[in-house]
Amino acid sequence: MSGELVFIAELGINGALAGLMYALVALGAILIYKSSAVVNFAQGAMVMTGAFATWWVAENLGVPIWLAIPVAVAVVFFAGIGIERVALRRMIGQPLIMIIMITIGLDVLLRGLVPILCGVGPYPLEVGISESPIAVGDILINRVYLVGGGLALLLVLFFIYFFQTRHGIVLKAVSDDYTASWAVGISVERAVGLSWGFAGAVATFSGILWGSIQGVDWTISLVLLKALAVAILGGLDSVGGVILAGVLVGTLENVISAYVDPMVGGGTRDLVAALIIFLTILIKPFGLFGREIIERV
Amino acid sequence: MFYRRAGIRHTDYEADWQIWYLRFDKIQVGIVLALALSFPFWVPKAYLQGYLLPWVIWSAAALSLNLLVGWAGQIHLGFSAVMAIGAYSSIHLMRAGFPFELSLLGAGLASAMIGLIFGAAALRVKGLYLAISTLALQFLIDWLLVHIPAISGGTAATVQAPNPRLLGFEVTSDTGLYYIALAWCLMVAAFMLNLSRTGIGRALVAVREKDYAAEMLGISSFYHKSLAFWASSFMGGISGALLAFVFYRAITPTMFTIDVSIQLLAMVIIGGLGSVLGSFLGSGLILLAPGLLNNLVNWTAQAMGLTVSVLILNYLPLVLYGSLIMGFLMFEPLGLAKIYDNARNYFLVWPFGYTRR
Repeated sequence: MSGELVFIAELGINGALAGLMYALVALGAILIYKSSAVVNFAQGAMVMTGAFATWWVAENLGVPIWLAIPVAVAVVFFAGIGIERVALRRMIGQPLIMIIMITIGLDVLLRGLVPILCGVGPYPLEVGISESPIAVGDILINRVYLVGGGLALLLVLFFIYFFQTRHGIVLKAVSDDYTASWAVGISVERAVGLSWGFAGAVATFSGILWGSIQGVDWTISLVLLKALAVAILGGLDSVGGVILAGVLVGTLENVISAYVDPMVGGGTRDLVAALIIFLTILIKPFGLFGREIIERV
Repeated sequence: MFYRRAGIRHTDYEADWQIWYLRFDKIQVGIVLALALSFPFWVPKAYLQGYLLPWVIWSAAALSLNLLVGWAGQIHLGFSAVMAIGAYSSIHLMRAGFPFELSLLGAGLASAMIGLIFGAAALRVKGLYLAISTLALQFLIDWLLVHIPAISGGTAATVQAPNPRLLGFEVTSDTGLYYIALAWCLMVAAFMLNLSRTGIGRALVAVREKDYAAEMLGISSFYHKSLAFWASSFMGGISGALLAFVFYRAITPTMFTIDVSIQLLAMVIIGGLGSVLGSFLGSGLILLAPGLLNNLVNWTAQAMGLTVSVLILNYLPLVLYGSLIMGFLMFEPLGLAKIYDNARNYFLVWPFGYTRR
């Protein structure tokens, strides 16, 4: 292969893997959206919280990383349930802007509270994945990205399966209609709380991945924009859609930024994500696989 | 106690049309206005520049956003980008030789055009999707501002604002700058107060409540949504321009990031959606609370002989600000204006509380 092609392939593959990790962050937001039609603007901050929690458990309790990860996942899982119980449950029936704003408030709160509790960082997070890239032919693939992409795929598949089970169908019913679900005896509160817990757990996994790549500090929460791009492109209520959307966003971002960055002096990554969001909403608002919302008058 | 009323019972339409129909309210507004006008003469310069001036300008900006969010019900997560357009275009217009007044007008028009682009999304989608698309546009415009050297002068560059020249007189004193800001703020406030009495204001509220229902009454939601975006961006642009001319004096793109948009939205929501008074109270709280809290923490620490780490002092404002947003939404979603209203309604008929139903 010629050098140019290898370069593009390398960018594309690593971008696609990074995109799968964006998809993992988006998955958390989608789980919440699927149960309660709320987009969680605090998902980035929750990912950051997950990363800090893992670091804190591993550092301060002196446990090995394989034990710290499940502990942190459990902690953030229950934190997610707690957030729903304390803040979001009061907001049922309030205008949409209030609900959007409370997740933004949560984002701000977490970005302030977590550094006070854990320190600013950046802290290194060793998860035992070697830094050296894998060579496939001439193409070098980042090992952490590979593990991250694989984990994202696994979790997405798990949740696709989960939505076929009894509990998953309950969540789907709740997202369709709160009142009707109540009427057939579904505990709407428990279902929505569970989805926030899952979002917290998924956020912790992505936090660990991002933390091991770039170190644990507040900048992890900036992944929100990319996650929103993935979620919007795939469709806000489509669990499977995040895979294709993630690969698309990651590849586009990596390839475009590699070519455009030198011309304009950097910062194209966020631009690509923002453009994808804007164009998707203008052209096909409900994304590639999302269910169209038909409003009844 | 103050009002000595047994409720509000209008006997003619003229009374019903008034903005402030109680004598007490009129006196109250007069006192506040007199205070605002007299501040430069007795408030120390540091406080005037550090607290009152930004409060006045941010109130105007919050009022502009309130027109869109509170009156027309459209979510906007990118308002600081609109203000940035106003700030940059006014400075560049004035540097190109336009008079100050025309530069402000140009800034408003430029922002209004950009605001219409935000609005284009609103015509296609609403609610959640609108919120996310305005968020994306904020990033797009931020990026453009940073990466077009003709606008910002490069990534880390600042652009100096020339001194404002009002009617040919150069304004340099703090008092003069404060009065410019106050005049603009009063204009916006007067506009917003009267808006709810006009047909357009009522149409905006109808579109907010249910756009289909408004459409069936013959109110074009297309026209009114665009109008709301246009008008609020126009006022936001001029507020942004004044922020640059009167307060910052030199601007960089980092002064207009997504955090500022969220801060503005927080001002509007904590103050109270659709309330003029609320925007003033909300922006006051959001601007002043972090500084007050830091002073309080410092003072307590000194009094108790403790040392507070810089870390806590740096991040405490974020915690306060996040919990303010969440707390208000959870416990008083209609904001400070509603708290004021409750107190007023109580005292309106005090001590004859039973007259309130």
